[in-house]
Order: sequence, then structure tokens, then C-alpha cells
Amino acid sequence: MAKTQPHVDVVMIGLGWTNSIMGMELTEEGLNVLALERGPDQDTVPEFAYPKMADELTYGVRYQLMQRPAKSTVTVRHGVRDSALPYRSLGSFLPGNGVGGAGTHWNGHTWRPQPQELRLKSYVEETFGADIIPDDMTIQDFGVSYDELEPHFDFFEKVAGIAGKAGNLNGEIQAGGNPFEGWRSDEYPMPPMARTLNDSMFRDVAKAQGLHPFPLPAANASEAYTNPYGMQLAPCNYCGFCERYGCLNGSKSSPQTCVLGALKRRENFSYRANCEVMKVELAEDGKTATGVTYIDENGDEVFQPADLVIMGAYSLHNVHLLLLSGIGEPYNPISGDGVVGKNYAYQMNGGATLYFQDKAFNPFIGAGANGETLNDFGVEQIDFAREGFIGGSYFNAAMTNGQPIRNMPLPGGAPQWGAEWKEAVQQTYGHTMTIGSHGSNMAYRDCYLDLDPTYTDDHGRPLMRMTFDWKDNDVRMTQFMKQKIDTLSRALAPDDYKLSFKDFDSHYDVRPYQTTHNVGGAIMGSDPSTSVLNRYLQSWDVHNVFVMGASAFPQNLQYNPTGLVGALTYWAAKAIREQYLKNPGPLVQA
Amino acid sequence: MSAKLENASRRDFIKGSLMMIPAVTVGSGVSLTAAADEPPPNLADYTPTFFDAEEWQFVMAACDRLIPSDGAGPGALETNVPIFIDKQMEGKFGHAADWYMKGPFTEDASPLFGYQSSLTPREVYRKGIAATRRHCQDALGEDFRGLDAAGQDRVLTQLEQGALEFDEVSASQFFAFLLQNTKEGYFADPIHGGNKHMAAWKFIGFPGARAAYREWVDQHDRAYPLGPVSLTGERG
Repeated sequence: MAKTQPHVDVVMIGLGWTNSIMGMELTEEGLNVLALERGPDQDTVPEFAYPKMADELTYGVRYQLMQRPAKSTVTVRHGVRDSALPYRSLGSFLPGNGVGGAGTHWNGHTWRPQPQELRLKSYVEETFGADIIPDDMTIQDFGVSYDELEPHFDFFEKVAGIAGKAGNLNGEIQAGGNPFEGWRSDEYPMPPMARTLNDSMFRDVAKAQGLHPFPLPAANASEAYTNPYGMQLAPCNYCGFCERYGCLNGSKSSPQTCVLGALKRRENFSYRANCEVMKVELAEDGKTATGVTYIDENGDEVFQPADLVIMGAYSLHNVHLLLLSGIGEPYNPISGDGVVGKNYAYQMNGGATLYFQDKAFNPFIGAGANGETLNDFGVEQIDFAREGFIGGSYFNAAMTNGQPIRNMPLPGGAPQWGAEWKEAVQQTYGHTMTIGSHGSNMAYRDCYLDLDPTYTDDHGRPLMRMTFDWKDNDVRMTQFMKQKIDTLSRALAPDDYKLSFKDFDSHYDVRPYQTTHNVGGAIMGSDPSTSVLNRYLQSWDVHNVFVMGASAFPQNLQYNPTGLVGALTYWAAKAIREQYLKNPGPLVQA
Repeated sequence: MSAKLENASRRDFIKGSLMMIPAVTVGSGVSLTAAADEPPPNLADYTPTFFDAEEWQFVMAACDRLIPSDGAGPGALETNVPIFIDKQMEGKFGHAADWYMKGPFTEDASPLFGYQSSLTPREVYRKGIAATRRHCQDALGEDFRGLDAAGQDRVLTQLEQGALEFDEVSASQFFAFLLQNTKEGYFADPIHGGNKHMAAWKFIGFPGARAAYREWVDQHDRAYPLGPVSLTGERG
């Protein structure tokens, strides 16, 4: 028999970006808020302190800050007829572990979507006609507009302390920013990061080709900064240990550096680390949640009663918990019925590695997000009917780090070992830069999440099963980008370069790191028959359950998700504070 | 002395000293809390914890081919890479402690699905070394370490390409671990047992754990002038 903890007003599952924000918002209403975090507690000091963080093997290669597949993983297959196999060791994506979640170990690329990406299906139908959407493509609108979210993008950027240059202030195009972005009510709170050699080379060649380069919006502080919560960021020192690491310098925006210090001071907030939620418990009628059951740090089962449940675990875990808790109807790809697990999507990326014998890039001098980017081939810039695909991409010349175990690009034909490998390493290290394409990934009828019939976790619960593969539409998109990056690469006149893009015979490969932008599965929308959540991220089926995070995206953006995840969290918090608490019930009538 | 001669004599010295198995155990080697003034062990004096004496000779001979001492820059043996690998076998990596290791296992799965073997990395090493040594004896009439450099390279290439088929272990998986761990030991912080005196970092120009470059970030196209530091404060 599970022991029962005293009742709280709000129980939050996970303590990363979304629930740190939700904690601030809901404690301001005087509610008693408790967060349950599956992983350990961790903070800038002592866990991320110098020098131990500057250890590529432990953190970069052995994934010390990441979820252990031994504790939690998924199974993967390419198609509905295949048997899925467990994602036994980490590769393609790296969910975070512990307080701060993936917000501790990210690079900090912080974008807003282009406005039409939030109403993608309507935009495509209105602009190009419904018949250009392939039969198996299941794209949808988010159900919330850019204009509605703009104040929340702005506030999230101020909380996270984003360094960048506006390109569109209230409709006025600004020199040096992204002319293709949606309107902004304010400038970024900090100026862009310092420029590196690769940045400058990319900027100059892009400008010469009539393109519009601008600094990547960075969650790395370019100067000393105090955010609206009174939290302080130190100027980034370009240490070169950003992605996969906690920030040793207090410069990378994270739940720890931007929110948790302020939240932990509030008497009506508490959190328990090493507490893994097993399921959300429902009342007998299945229409409301009564709380959650979790396993505490001693291995004991505990029931935590609460009036409101906020799911803010990693996107994949949110979907897993919905499936395990019986909230919403599981999606069936054959009939097309059901919603939970529907529209899992990823990110279609590619890139070029350029080798310059006579250039010293000093790659170890880098920050997670100090790149130069361009968005001339964005979702809103491409004629989908003419090009034959739906989607878009931004290009990025970044220099995040020079850690040598993982960042040792060699010219084509170089051997993998032996004396010639050693010679190639010496000749190449420090002489390469990259140009990446970071692209959208559409949703498809047979790309989805459900419970695996075979594999289980330590608690005997079924693992979640990911059914996913690359589709021709998205390969056509990335092949389009390949031609553009080939042109830019040639114009830079390197001694050697190589292109790496998915092709029509490419299948999803779980081994090489691609991105931790797993989206969908608990998607938001306007219709309960095609979405799990309404436009306020509230479950259509269980009104006191709200689900944060990129699991709400109906398909993936061309951008990194965190900017939209942050804005959607503030948007949902506003709806809870201004509407739900006064009159608990569905905020949108089905 | 020409560079070529210097390399040749250095190489012979290292190989000669390593082929003698030390009679006395000198402890487990590098401490993870080693102070900067505590020198790393000599490879010749190190007694492996995981590998037995024959396995150890194989690991050293193979590492010496994967990152040889020839040419510019240190080799795997001068940087204590075998010590790194031995330590990894005893740690979480060797035991696959963080990996999902529940069955059923599909050993012949497409490589696109990543690691699908029921064997832990240390089991892969143990079985892979034994099978490779048996192959060398059976097919070539010589232990692996008795082959000349070209002969060893041929065997390693066969492992890499999966041209050898072993009953109990995947040859290419064994090679993949061996190569991955050799490069890790070469480039990881010395605290993990390899990269002795940060020699691999000095060779390529990586400043290690310095991690503070604010005054250098906008000095474009100028080689960074300072040598590396390690997690324990050693300066190179």
C-alpha cells in the first residue's frame, strides 16, 4: 500500500525549464506547489563547478548529465510492420537527467518560430493549395497564433537573457538582424556574442551572395545581466564546454541560472529530487486527476494528492506518462483514430565541414550559441509548390567547442587509425569550420509513439515505442539546402570540404548524435479528435492536467524548440492563472 | 640525430621495455584524485586490473598500431592509452552500467539501431582478444604480438571490416570499441589514465581544461599561444 503525502494544490512532474517557469507563475497565485524530479538535484555549485566540468570523457562522451537508458529509454523501429529494438546506449538524442533537465546541458540556441509555422496547415492550404500536402502527411495548426504568443516570447527571452539582434521591431526591419523573423515588441535583452573567425567568414560570403546573415540568438550571456526574477548571469568566457555540460561560469541560461534560485526562496514552493512519477492517478469517472504516484528516493511508492497536475518532463516522458496513465485515447496509425502518441517528429539536419590549411580557428574558444546564421531559406521564404516540398531551414556557422575526442573532422579519404590518421589529425585540428542546415520535419501518419509490447523498465512498465523514419518530402527539403550550402562552401574556397545530408535511401540511424529535439506525441490543437491538448496545453480529457513542452508541437519547426517551449509555458500559465483557477474545468469546450 | 632515427629509437625503446611483464605489482595506477605533482605511472610498471598478462600484451600491441609512435606526435603507448582502457573496463563503461541491457536481444539487427548485443564492453574485449589471438595462431601460426607491423595491421583491418567471423563476438564491434577507447585514452584528460602529461593535447594544440578565453575570442586567425592544463592543475 502506497504511503500518502499531505495534499498540495499543484504537483509538477519534472523540474526543467517548463516547470521552473510554471513554479514561479503558480506560486505567485499563492498556491502550494510541489515539483517531483526523477533525477538528482544539481546546481551551478557544486555540481557544475570548475574544473571538474571541463572533462570531455565524463560529460561529453559518457553522458554523465544525461538520462541513463538503463533507467529509462525507448524502443525504435522504422515502420509499423517492424519489431522495435531498444535504444540501449545514447546516440541520436540525449534527454537530460536531474534538476534543470535538458536546460542544463543545451547549447542555448533560442528562436521564435516564424508566424506561419504555428498555422502551417492553414498556411500551406491557403498559399499553395491542399493538394500539395502528401497523403500520408498529417501536419496541423498549433491552435495558437504568433501574435498571441509574442508577449510570452518577449518575456521568456528576458528571463533567459538572450543575446541577439532584432531584425523586425514592430514591423520595422532592422539592419543586422533576421529580416525574416516575426515582429518583435522589443530588442533582445543583450547584444550578440563576440564574433569568431568562422562567423565572420560565413557572414562575409553570405552577404556577398545577397543573403542576410545575422548572429544566432544565444542563451549565453554576452555581458553581465540581471533578469526580471533578479537572477544574474555572468559574461560568457567562451570556455568551449557548453553542450552536454552544466555551465561552469554561470553564463548559460538554464533553470538553475535564470529561475530556480528565485523559486527556491518561495515558501509555497518545494521540490523532491530522485522521485520518479509512475503515473497520474484519475478519479473514478476518469475526468479529473487526483494526484500522482511516484517512487521516492528510498524506493518506496508514494501517492501525492493534488488539485492540479502539470506535466513538464522531457517531451518523450510526457507522452509515456500519458499512455501509462490512460489519459486520452492512444493513437492508432492504421485507423487514424486516437491522439496520444500521434505526430512524433524530429529534425532534418545536414551540413558541410570545410578545411582551411592556412586558417587558425582556435575551435576550443567557443560558446554553445555563438554562431552566424541566415534564414533566407526559411519556411516562409520557400515556394513549396515550385520546390516540391513543405519545410524550411536555417543555416548556422557555429564554433561551439574543440574537444578532441568528438570533434576531429578529417578531410575525405583520411584513414581512421594508424600513422596517417595521426598525421591527418595534426594537420586538420583547428583548421576546420562547419556550416549546418537545421531544418523542419513534418508529421506523418506512421511516425508516432505508443507502448512497446515486449520491453519493460525496472518497474515493469512497458517502454515507449518510437516508430519513425525519414520521408521523401523532408529529404527533398534537405537536398535543396545541400545545393545552397554547397554554393556557400565553394565560395569560401576551402582546401577541402565535405557535405553530409540525408538522401532518399537514408533511414533513421540512432547512432550518431543528431539533435535532442524530439517533438509531438501530445500535440496541441483546436479539435479533440486530432489533438491531445487544447490551445492552452490543457488535456481535452482530464481538465486538471496540463502538459508542457515540445511534445505539444504538431510537427517540428525549422528551429530549435526552446524559445517556443518557453513562450507556450507562459501562455499556459496565464490561462491557468486568469481563467482556470477561477473556474476549474475545460478552458475550451470540445 | 635525424627525426626519423629519433622516432625509430624511441619506438624500439618503448616496445622493448613494454614487452617485459613486470614481476612486481605497483598498485592500481592513477588515482582519480592525483595531485599535479604525482606523476603518472610508467606503462611498463603498470599491472592491469582487468586484463590478464596475455590480454595485456595484445592490447598494448594493438594500441601501438592504432596510434603508432612513428612520425610526429606521441603514440598510444607513450601516452598510457592501455592504462586508460584497463581502467575503463573496470568502470561504468566496461560494465555497460548506464545502458539498457535487458533482453530479448537481436544480435543480427541492422547497425542503424545501435548496440544490440547482450555482451558488456568488457566481455566483448575478453572474447574479442581471445578470438583474434586464436585466429592469428590458427591462420598465421603466430601470436598477434609476434606479427610484424604490417601483419598486425592486416589483422586489425580484417577486424574493422568484419572480414573475420568469430562465434561468440562480433569482430567489427570488438574493433570499434578498441579504436574508440584508444582515441578516448589518447585525448581524454590525464585524470582518466591516458594522455600522459597531456602529450596528445600538446601535439594538436588543444589547451585542455583552461576553459577561459574571453580575451582571445575576437583575436581572429592567431594561433592560441598557451599550452594545456589538466583537471588536476598540471601545466604543459
